[in-house]
Amino acid sequence: MILQGRSFLRRCIFSTDHKVVGIQYGITALFFLLFGFCLMLLMRWQLAYPGTPIPWIGQWLGENRAPGGVVLPEFYNELGAMHGTIMVFLGVVPLLVGAFGNYLIPLQIGAPDMAFPKLNMASYWTYLLGGLTMLVSFFVPGGAANSGWTAYPPLADIATAGQTVWLLGMVCIITSSLLGSINFITTIFQLRAEGLTFMRLPFFVWAQLITSFLLLLAFPPLEAAGILQLFDRVAATSFFLPSGLVVSGEPLKVSGGGSALLWQHLFWFLGHPEVYVILLPSMGIVTEIIVNNIRRPLYGYRTMVYSVIFLGLMSFIVWAHHMYLTGMGTALSAFFQTTTMIISIPSVVILSCLFLSLWGGSIRFNTPMLFALSFLPMFGIGGLTGLPLGVATVDIHLHDTYYVIGHFHYIVAPGTIFAIFAGIYYWFPKVTGKRMNENLGQLHFWPSLFLMNGIFMPMFIQGLAGVSRRLYDGGAQYAHAQGVLHLNVGISMCAWLLALFQIPFIVNLIWSMAKKEKAALDNPWEATTLEWAAPTPPPHGNFREIPKVYRGPYEYSVPGAAKDFTPQSEA
Amino acid sequence: MSVMNTAIPYTVEARPETGLYNAKLGMWLFLASEVMLFGGLFSAYVFLRMAAAHWPAGSSILSIPLGAVNTVVLITSSITMSLASAAVKERKFDQFKVNLGLTILLALVFLSVKSFEYGMKFSHHMYPKTNTFLAIYFALTGVHVLHVLGGLVVNAYFWGPGSRMGQADPQRFANRIEIAGLYWNFVDVVWILLFVTLYLL
Repeated sequence: MILQGRSFLRRCIFSTDHKVVGIQYGITALFFLLFGFCLMLLMRWQLAYPGTPIPWIGQWLGENRAPGGVVLPEFYNELGAMHGTIMVFLGVVPLLVGAFGNYLIPLQIGAPDMAFPKLNMASYWTYLLGGLTMLVSFFVPGGAANSGWTAYPPLADIATAGQTVWLLGMVCIITSSLLGSINFITTIFQLRAEGLTFMRLPFFVWAQLITSFLLLLAFPPLEAAGILQLFDRVAATSFFLPSGLVVSGEPLKVSGGGSALLWQHLFWFLGHPEVYVILLPSMGIVTEIIVNNIRRPLYGYRTMVYSVIFLGLMSFIVWAHHMYLTGMGTALSAFFQTTTMIISIPSVVILSCLFLSLWGGSIRFNTPMLFALSFLPMFGIGGLTGLPLGVATVDIHLHDTYYVIGHFHYIVAPGTIFAIFAGIYYWFPKVTGKRMNENLGQLHFWPSLFLMNGIFMPMFIQGLAGVSRRLYDGGAQYAHAQGVLHLNVGISMCAWLLALFQIPFIVNLIWSMAKKEKAALDNPWEATTLEWAAPTPPPHGNFREIPKVYRGPYEYSVPGAAKDFTPQSEA
Repeated sequence: MSVMNTAIPYTVEARPETGLYNAKLGMWLFLASEVMLFGGLFSAYVFLRMAAAHWPAGSSILSIPLGAVNTVVLITSSITMSLASAAVKERKFDQFKVNLGLTILLALVFLSVKSFEYGMKFSHHMYPKTNTFLAIYFALTGVHVLHVLGGLVVNAYFWGPGSRMGQADPQRFANRIEIAGLYWNFVDVVWILLFVTLYLL
């Protein structure tokens, strides 16, 4: 094997092999995911028991963050801003795109590697640099960024030094995803195996292709906005600072003439496509797993492909539905509320296709399938609760309340993160040659499903009562919050228990990896797509010989066939 | 286990269906994202200008003759870059060296004129923080200057140590110059837009 001549450093650390890069992305992003989750666990204490010291952990946070173990408002804001940033930009997206995309795309299209392997490695290291920059920002004077993950000016313009570090970290992350998306698109267009036409691509590859286009085209405007905010903070310009701004009773000494709305437009031009960057690969993963475990063809493959393309296009013209309350005008609101209603259609089409696929299937309820199946109703709840937010009149009441938190967390937490878990359980045998433990998997799944709903369902109630999402004490000073504040204790309990029930997963992951025996099978799930035709684990170069493709991706239970699945590479 | 075939296809020759080799598609995609980057900055310009009560005429602050000189310099460098690319395709390495050398020199001229302009502003106490017009002027041209610098470094590498590939693997080298040329033309087009919006409008 070619690999044997290489040093450990080249093989496992500075490797250009897409699989190694994918695993590096995966492990790093799982750590960030856990870290971002822990930040939230601290916040949940403050929300459940405002003003009381955090037991055990509180004393380790430092006097400038939590004197006597009681979280300071400033530190609470840091936790909030960094929870959002880390979860979205360093956890979920790198897992979905960096880890799953990198590992699976070349395998599923029958390619020996990515089109630009060195660029791929550079993408990971830039991402890691961005992530470490974000972590370091906790230790600069004034702490980490504390103006929310959306970094709205004027607040972000005049915030402490952590915000500048945040911007530098974002520049690294944006660069990394730019390198990645160029690589993904080029790979999918150029390196498909012979016979693998676009309509024979697994749905996961389609989802990644559209996602890459979103990353490629939506991130640069945020980079532009980041550059302008850096100018504001470092060169004292006023891009986002209007004239006559007064801070703490003092007129701000800047030229003025800028606009805070400008930031919001540029930010949400990325921000909304980013939602689909999170959603589409999740749908891709879930589709692969569901279709494999129902043992019948996917219902409406073409419809799903057209829907995902349409989703990608539409996601560029819905951004200002985050801005109904900014006073941008009713004409703009009307436009964006129309496009928002339209974009819900392709999502529902995809969801319906997946539900309809279940009909008449002989379903195998293994751990990956359970996670994938639960994605459907969880995403359904998240999506449908989003519709009222898309209507300007209703949004005026619900904007910036816990309703919004509940809505998008249903999509990103029990939705997307369940898809990530499903993917890990499903592809683990290909990556390691070993299988994860089924019992521990169930012990991970059922409590997680229950607790996720325990966390986010009550937030809808709090939000409908009008409780703002950004309050340090959870709204204790507001009369309208009094009736729903008690829910915070239950939510926090669920969150901490959820952390507890991630332990079976971590144990399962490490224990299964350390197992001695190999499941010698290359195709343990009896799947049809090309990654299962590669040796296990796939060596550098992936395939014994470059495969040829003779059929569509999901030929399960074909009448007259010898077995209930026909791999794409089978003539 | 048999030795795996790790060679990545279409690094040099074009894939028949797309008509592109990998790096060329990669460069087009990169330029698409660059369009969005400058698109974001230009829309910031439009947004700020529309919201402003008073917006100075570019000519009252910036020197149109200097901007015009720089425009001519960059357009000329685009032409020499194309000539360099054409020369290397025909394996005429002497012509290639002359033309790419000229491109590099013209880029240096552009940067010198630009730094002279910046210096003039600073000496008149006109900084990014002075007003919104100057802020967007420095932001837009600053990002563009970074792009010119990037192109300059890459071109200098291909003129110097990178040119050895021209003998060893001429087709791959010609590809490299071709996509460097794509990038350079893009940087030129952005400057023309900058000149029109900031200096003339």
